[in-house]
Amino acid sequence: MSLTNETIKERLKAKFGDEVSNFEEPYGLLTFEAPKDLNLKVMQFLFDDEELRFQFLTDLTAVHYPGQPGRELAVVYHLHNLQDNIRLRFKVFSPIAQPDVFTATQLYASANWMERETYDFFGVNFVGHPNLKRILNVDEMTYFPMRKEYPLEDQTRIDKDDAMFGRGPGGIVSPIDARAGESVAGQAGPLNTADQGGPASQEMRAGQGADEVKPQ
Amino acid sequence: MSVEQHIKLPEGSIEKTTTTLNLGPTHPATHGVFQNILELDGERIVSAEQTVGYIHRAFEKLAERRPLYQITTLTDRLNYCSSPINNMGWHLTCEKLLGVKTPKRVDYLRVIIMELSRISDHLICNSVVGVDSGAFTGFLYVMQYRELIYEIYEEVCGSRLTTNMGRIGGFERNFTNAAWEKIEKFLAEYPVVQKEFENLFTRNRIFMERTIGAGPISAERALNYGFTGPNLRAAGVDYDVRVHSPYSSYEDFEFEIPVGSTGDCYDRFLVRNGEMWQSLRIIEQAYRKIQEFKGTEADVYHADAPAYYLPEKKDVYTKMEALIWHFKIVMGETEIPPGEVYQSVEGGNGEVGYYLISDGGRTPYRLHFRRPCFIYYQAYSELTKGSMLSDAIITMSSLNLIAGEMDA
Repeated sequence: MSLTNETIKERLKAKFGDEVSNFEEPYGLLTFEAPKDLNLKVMQFLFDDEELRFQFLTDLTAVHYPGQPGRELAVVYHLHNLQDNIRLRFKVFSPIAQPDVFTATQLYASANWMERETYDFFGVNFVGHPNLKRILNVDEMTYFPMRKEYPLEDQTRIDKDDAMFGRGPGGIVSPIDARAGESVAGQAGPLNTADQGGPASQEMRAGQGADEVKPQ
Repeated sequence: MSVEQHIKLPEGSIEKTTTTLNLGPTHPATHGVFQNILELDGERIVSAEQTVGYIHRAFEKLAERRPLYQITTLTDRLNYCSSPINNMGWHLTCEKLLGVKTPKRVDYLRVIIMELSRISDHLICNSVVGVDSGAFTGFLYVMQYRELIYEIYEEVCGSRLTTNMGRIGGFERNFTNAAWEKIEKFLAEYPVVQKEFENLFTRNRIFMERTIGAGPISAERALNYGFTGPNLRAAGVDYDVRVHSPYSSYEDFEFEIPVGSTGDCYDRFLVRNGEMWQSLRIIEQAYRKIQEFKGTEADVYHADAPAYYLPEKKDVYTKMEALIWHFKIVMGETEIPPGEVYQSVEGGNGEVGYYLISDGGRTPYRLHFRRPCFIYYQAYSELTKGSMLSDAIITMSSLNLIAGEMDA
């Protein structure tokens, strides 16, 4: 009575027809896609079906694909059938302009915080979630930091006063010098030359007067 | 100035019969930076609301700009009581994506390290449960053997807490003789200590009365809440990643999965103790298996993966190809094949999963960590509702909540 990827696929096809699509098996893990309006129906079916019994939610997260208009946000569920020990991965895509996806909290209590985390980082609006608010980031945050339009801060930016952390306006300084209130502009360190050129850095550099950064 | 001006009670505060208590974010009993807002009626908990995120460090975002080998250091800082398990889990994820096949000896070396970390993780958790119930002795006593485990790490990789151990494909160097001697010492001495530790607690009346019935959960609720690891097994579900989806040749070993029935603090304690014995059993088997390797096989400590495993330094200085690989690896200039992979390992407190998506670039397109205690900490308010404040403390320590893992 061991369950195989083939059987799961057939059962899903029989129930949902062409609505479920893009079946793949990367590294042996059955992966498929469903329309976002059907996510709960598909999960309910996988949960309740006597043969499938995917009653354990292993993981829930999202991925941002800015290059796919109308399908920018993918919500990814990893489900596990513990009796037959088989896993599957299931995705729904949502436009970033209106990222509404139904919540899975009614089926899995564990989805609660995982959805809050996904909302916190990607802004997926889980419709029907009992307490959809930020969980790891501060409540005052106004953006969703894991989206691709927010690059990491450029390590070599020079407009920030970070003297306490060894970086002052003009490059690397030792905290002792900074505390002594000495001029630090002449001590531009090697970090300045190793520019990695993130978009943020160029902006910052463009906005800076030439007289602020003294040449070495 | 009259007295009335000083005492200003907020509206409705006279009518309020419950007390709000902030347990954490920095409280000696929380063993980590997280907060519980408790609503108390006398000493009984009416409701609890958990706040996490105080040490969030955006690892998933950082990982998107790092080559694979630099992400190992991020995994250290998830569950820092058993960092080597996270390290190995990450290497296994990369190896799965890259299609690197590790030799058996590497697998067994990894198993030794992972089981040692499991012991050190459980050791801390169980002895801290003791501390929170008023018994400090056990905690100080077993610290000595956690120290020995850390010395073994030190011999293997040079560091103790945040280990950054191993490479994609194996270890950075073979285990030294000193490392083997320490492992032998551990295998010889630790069982006695573990037995003594159990004698201190298992049938101790005070300990039993404090832990039996504290913070229980049924198997059904535990599964619904996404429990994994010892906490799920204490509720009676024999799910263990080492058995269900074997990695690193765990299928070659003979061991049992201890299970509990009530899912309370006492059962969690017993399950962890049982697991430590099983871990010892696994280490002994792995040690014997490694002794059996003969000839060149006995010196293998990494897979043949030139594109990801740093060549030996002497080759870098003398051979062109090794120099090129060295440069490309260190500068993070190796392209990762596109793919999507989920790999999980049995961590100290549950299933640690890595969901890695590569688009063919040099860094992951997306990396998500499945952090077990982030998922099961949600159940805390349900576990403690109606219990005494002191039970809530002991439940918290017996769940083995690690702030670093929770906040990623």
